Amino acid sequence: MKKLFLLAFVMIACVLSSGAQKIKGSDTLLPLSQKEAEKYMDKDQSSSVTVTGGGSGVGISALIEGTTDIAQSSRKIKFEEKQKISESGKSVKEVIVAYDALAVIVNRDNPVTNLTREQLEGIFTGKITNWKEVGGNDVKIVPYSRETSSGTYEFFKESVLKNRNYKSGILSMPATGAIVQSVSQTKGAIGYIGLAYLNNADVKAVHVSYDAGATFTAPSVSSAKDGSYPIVRPLYYYYITSQEKSVRPFIDYVLSPEGQATVSEIGFITL
Amino acid sequence: MRRAIEKVVEGLLTVSGATTSAIILLIVVFLFKEGAGFFRHSNVENGYSLCVSGKNPVYRLSSDEIKKIFDYEIVSWDEVGGESIEIVPFRMGNIMERYSEEELGEDYINLPAKIIEVTKEIPGIILFLPLQYIPDDVSVKKIEDSRIDVSDFFAGTDWIPTATPSPQFGLLPLLLGTLWVGLFAIIIALPLGLGVAIYMAELATPRIRNVLKPMIELLAGIPSVVYGFFGLVVLVPFIQRTLNLPVGETAFAGSIVLAIMSLPTIITVAEDAMRNTPQTVREASLGLGASHWQTIYRVIIPYSLSGISAAVVLGIGRAVGETMAVLMVTGNAAVIPQTLFEPVRTIPATIAAELGEAPAGGAHYNALFVLGCILFIITVVVSISAELISKKRVDS
Repeated sequence: MKKLFLLAFVMIACVLSSGAQKIKGSDTLLPLSQKEAEKYMDKDQSSSVTVTGGGSGVGISALIEGTTDIAQSSRKIKFEEKQKISESGKSVKEVIVAYDALAVIVNRDNPVTNLTREQLEGIFTGKITNWKEVGGNDVKIVPYSRETSSGTYEFFKESVLKNRNYKSGILSMPATGAIVQSVSQTKGAIGYIGLAYLNNADVKAVHVSYDAGATFTAPSVSSAKDGSYPIVRPLYYYYITSQEKSVRPFIDYVLSPEGQATVSEIGFITL
Repeated sequence: MRRAIEKVVEGLLTVSGATTSAIILLIVVFLFKEGAGFFRHSNVENGYSLCVSGKNPVYRLSSDEIKKIFDYEIVSWDEVGGESIEIVPFRMGNIMERYSEEELGEDYINLPAKIIEVTKEIPGIILFLPLQYIPDDVSVKKIEDSRIDVSDFFAGTDWIPTATPSPQFGLLPLLLGTLWVGLFAIIIALPLGLGVAIYMAELATPRIRNVLKPMIELLAGIPSVVYGFFGLVVLVPFIQRTLNLPVGETAFAGSIVLAIMSLPTIITVAEDAMRNTPQTVREASLGLGASHWQTIYRVIIPYSLSGISAAVVLGIGRAVGETMAVLMVTGNAAVIPQTLFEPVRTIPATIAAELGEAPAGGAHYNALFVLGCILFIITVVVSISAELISKKRVDS
């Protein structure tokens, strides 16, 4: 009986030391983390990494409660959340693992190809309501947004709307796929999606200008990488500083050339 | 021996009954406790505060005013009871743009001093700052904290829970959206459901009935997300094209999907009520020379009226609480509905979509629990009325 206990103890110790770890959070990062975890576990047979989604907020609160080792997040940690971690006497470390470009999409039949940041701001805050105001047909503009709590929603608001609020009563869709679907079947629609989702022939990405119309750039991995495409956001991993030793091997793997190859395979932009 | 076993089983049944009730009670208590926490939050994001110049006479702002100031809709202080100077909203990011990292020092040690500097330079400034960086100086004045107003919540017309500095929690568009979609779902489902129930109870041959009944029950077994997907891909474009609307994701689409989903409940309950009409009553009617049809609408329907009402109420309950399908087809725009052909946002859809990303324990998180409480109250009212209505039948 004693031997059995000892055996069990050794086994548990083995599992712990070999770094069984949990990653939780953003749904945007979910496909990337899953793929990275798979490849990491193939390489290091003794390790085990579990990845779950639920949203950036869920991931970070799990990190605070200690039920996950890494929180994946498509938005920067909020001041309030940071405060909570420091209240419990811990500190949090932030690692950028990849970048994601946001493409602004319209229906395939829409003749508009170029939009400036100011025009986008007008459209999403409700000041511009008809496509003819930005050089298109006489069609009502129907802006689609992500849910208010999504990291994508907040990043678009910060970067494109310069922190102004979306017009009240904007259509908000629960998932990126739903935005693509809706834009593809609605003539006057406009929406924003991650670059990785830009593979539907019924939607068209507009060229965006952040310098009041001097240059317009189409979204692509290369234009996002060289900095000419302006709507690019970082994607984060967060972990508790004192647990650095156990989570670092996996994060190092993600940051390694091999891990970054997976990043571009998924459709995100490498560091 | 047998007695002992009986006793044990009896005990187990009692315990399981008690546990279930305790768990239900626990969930309700938890729901209302978290919900009540909402009204203790300040109307500015937690951990932050708003500051103005010490000379500015304004000391209090409502959350609507704060939102409009930071959206550049209110541009002068005299609109909110101050002098006529231009309002200059400042966030942390603006300060980072103005001063370099070195000037702010390690851990932003010089930040409070810089805030005093910038406030002296721009008299119309309003700063949105983390509490610990607010300088202790007469030239910078904190706007008084005020709690989230109960009337702002129940009568508010904007739902922008992630707006900074001041999130907008207005219940009206969500509550009305929920009731609006539910109401029209029932208006569509009722004639259809009643028709099928009458057909199945009175007109169908046993063979047809034996096929039809399981099929309708199967309808209840389809996962709601499948209904939602069907709605989004088939129904939404169809509505948009045939009615020539700018958007297809409308309350109407939601109502149709919900109507289909509440049909099984309505049909089953109404049919049971009709079949419960005693054979003697039926025979008496026919014996008096009434035709089959006269018997149906003069005797059977009045007799089973309370059962039919219960079916309607249960159908409403199903429609009001449904989440996934509605989330996918109604467009989720938080506006007070005026017609059937515009997007609406319902309470369950809001909770499902937002809970995942709301920081735990924050105002937004608690606000979603308040929505849960309201939904709970609606469903309790609905089930109690269903209960009362079906009881009436026994009494009469």
